Amino acid sequence: MAPRQPIRPNGDGTFRLELAAQERAVLAAIVADLEGLLADDPGDEILIRLFPTARPDDPEAEAEFREMVRDELVAKRRSRLAAVTELVEATVLDREQLAAWMGAVNDIRLVLGTRLDVSEDDEFDDAEGADPESAARAAYWYLGWLLEHLVEASATEL
Amino acid sequence: MTPAAPVEIAPGEVLESDDAVDVRADRPWKVIVWNDPINLMSYVTFVLQKLFGYSKEKATRLMLDVHHKGRAVVSDGPKEKAEMDVFRLHEHGLWATMEHDD
Repeated sequence: MAPRQPIRPNGDGTFRLELAAQERAVLAAIVADLEGLLADDPGDEILIRLFPTARPDDPEAEAEFREMVRDELVAKRRSRLAAVTELVEATVLDREQLAAWMGAVNDIRLVLGTRLDVSEDDEFDDAEGADPESAARAAYWYLGWLLEHLVEASATEL
Repeated sequence: MTPAAPVEIAPGEVLESDDAVDVRADRPWKVIVWNDPINLMSYVTFVLQKLFGYSKEKATRLMLDVHHKGRAVVSDGPKEKAEMDVFRLHEHGLWATMEHDD
């Protein structure tokens, strides 16, 4: 059996999205989680990878840069998450929608990876266990798989 | 910190030789992407291609530098351009910083 391709270019600038109902439900739930985090406290430490330090050498310049970009970064992230929420049942995405999906999935991985304190030596599989973190680890593994395919589909447009 | 003054260059000079001008005066900031354990290698390569128009080969080389050496300079230029590049990299979830090239 060929490996499953969740997203495939149609060749006309649109992409066919094939996900099971359960996958879509999981995505909707974790997108809502991150939307909640961004709305409640965009300064939460768990979101640190979404708002990295630009000027580690110069705290004053860093504060200025943060002031300049923060709101726009939050707004862009929210709009991508909103796009996925809106399109969570979609079977066809256009280029812009695909970019929103890719950005949102990557953001969620960054937050989940931070929460799981992922290191480069970690090996993720979709094995289930009694580990209370196993659901989060399975989600992280799944999102990595999905992102890999979203990137591959997006690269056909370069 | 004061940005270097712009250098006036006759149009022909730039085309003739890159060594003929003080590149540092015109390109004082470096944008650096740092290694992290979360971002996918394919994703980093894709973002570098998309944001900077780099070839797949160049983007892959930079991504591998990030992965193996811990960091890579992915672009340079005046302060405003560097800030814009860092913003766009952060927008795409890459861990980017900028520093003065001196």
